[in-house]
Amino acid sequence: MELVFALVIGALTASGVYLLLRARTFPVVVGLTLISYGVNLFLFSSGRLATGAQPILGTTSSYTDPLPQALVLTAIVIGFAMTAFLVVLALRSLADHEDDHVDGHQDVHATSSYQKPEETGK
Amino acid sequence: MNHWLTAPILIPLLGGILQVFMGYAPISLRRTLAIATTVLLLVSTIVLVVLASDDSYRLYAFGNWQPPFGIVLVLDRLAALMLVLTAILAIFCHIFAIGGADEGNRQFHGLFLFQLMGLNIAFLTGDLFNLFVAFEVLLIASYGLLMHGGGRARSIPGVHYVVLNLAGSAVFLISVGMIYSVTGTLNMADLALKIPELTGEKMSIVKAGGMMLLVVFALKAALIPLCFWLPKAYANATAPVAALFAVMTKVGIYAILRVYLLVFGDDAGALANLGMDWLFPLALITLTMGVIGALGADNLKTLVAWQVIISVGTLLAPIALGSAAGISAALFYLLSSTWTVGGLFLVAEMIANQRGSARDKIVTAPRMRNRTFLSVLFLIGAVAAAGLPPLSGFFAKLLILQSVLSGSEMAWLWSVVLIGSFFTVIAYSRAGSIVFWRTVDGHIEEPRPLGGNVSVAAGALAGLSLVLVALAGPISEFTDATAAQLLNPGDYLEILKTPMVKGDN
Repeated sequence: MELVFALVIGALTASGVYLLLRARTFPVVVGLTLISYGVNLFLFSSGRLATGAQPILGTTSSYTDPLPQALVLTAIVIGFAMTAFLVVLALRSLADHEDDHVDGHQDVHATSSYQKPEETGK
Repeated sequence: MNHWLTAPILIPLLGGILQVFMGYAPISLRRTLAIATTVLLLVSTIVLVVLASDDSYRLYAFGNWQPPFGIVLVLDRLAALMLVLTAILAIFCHIFAIGGADEGNRQFHGLFLFQLMGLNIAFLTGDLFNLFVAFEVLLIASYGLLMHGGGRARSIPGVHYVVLNLAGSAVFLISVGMIYSVTGTLNMADLALKIPELTGEKMSIVKAGGMMLLVVFALKAALIPLCFWLPKAYANATAPVAALFAVMTKVGIYAILRVYLLVFGDDAGALANLGMDWLFPLALITLTMGVIGALGADNLKTLVAWQVIISVGTLLAPIALGSAAGISAALFYLLSSTWTVGGLFLVAEMIANQRGSARDKIVTAPRMRNRTFLSVLFLIGAVAAAGLPPLSGFFAKLLILQSVLSGSEMAWLWSVVLIGSFFTVIAYSRAGSIVFWRTVDGHIEEPRPLGGNVSVAAGALAGLSLVLVALAGPISEFTDATAAQLLNPGDYLEILKTPMVKGDN
């Protein structure tokens, strides 16, 4: 189980980082979501992995650490709120710039930057 | 337990909730209530400073749970200092905002108060996970505030800011998980007790976690190479928001001071002073980068935003060296630079409103009205920021330089700070002389009137550097005592043994 768990966290985080570097708002949002899944699983495992153990005293002979579960719950709620905000912001940026690049324009070569002087702030 | 400790959290929380439900109330009523909330907050933080100045630690355990297991608030001199710093900055930003900058968004005051709540939780918490929650609370409010006023120019820096901070939050959670998996606790006092006992593989995991935590705090503090998101985001924010954000980078610095002096302090065995030898050169490079950015700025707000980065570098260099004198000097500079930078953002906005389409660009433009008043404010702000005598920036930099008097650290710190200050002076004098002196004939048609609130707020923040000089004695006594308290974490660890009783202290 430990190996599968570690591989899943690694795959989620690696895919998330790859998508984050795509520099388009939609892949970035999906990438951040994947990273936050990976992080939540990692946080969950920080209390040690156990099967059939509940985080409540007295219900079974063995019990698992309840604290990581509380931490993960908080992290999930915060992560959802942040992702929702980022989606709205990405849509707003798309509407403002008619492009989903995180810098607001598709082509970052020197030739096209002359046509968009307002991007440089000069 | 002392219930005053919850006041800086509960006051903005209740005020913010009130604002949420009053979105459609007349704006004058909303403004009055918002200002009343901020004034109450300031009063409560002053009470906490008075409480903290007897050198004891005060504890508030939620639900009366014993510290390593429950959530605690801890008040010491450093927390009280940061609280009062934020409250004073906030009240002037708020007075500036009710001069008209809060229009166009019904929830401006609510977001503003929630941001203050997040800041205050971050300063009071004694628990690493709660620090994460506080960061998220203040960040989500700051996302809203950053976008306040809308416009194309704000959406791109906004996206960058949100994405970077979300990535930072992920790293924060990973490091918290790593530290928890080994030590089984997230209470800072308990961590300080458990970390020196670690050995071998467990120690390596905590070391990795600690270094990742430093990366997160460095991102919040805008330390190089994690600082390039800041100038564009701050320069495009509304003026009172940008001024309030002057304290946001200081949250990262506060977290470094708190966690790395307590948890990874001198007593942490093999992990003592973790990461501090990295911090010193990075701080000096940050300072240099900030000065280069300030020299290259093409408008006043960008110039001030780079000043934020300069102050981060100047602050972290003495903190990384870890001497009591250095930390005390850094705390004095923290007060000075936060208020000065906040004031400069407000002054830049007032100048922009008087210059028509030239806004705050550093270009020749028709002469503005109220030039004398604005130029005096800009001069005071620039002198305090660049660190020229006789204002507080000079005293703070002098204290920082005096705290290191030997070795290669002295050579590096003195040369970088002094040469950096010289070029900062050049940057400000270039901007000031073009904006105020090199004008073409005639006046801007129909400039926006200079509001009373606005002038009072910007004038007061600039004037605080004079107050800091006048009260330099008592304030530096307070920062000296704060540094001494920070470097002796023994008393902090006593809070774990505090019996949970119903009476107050």
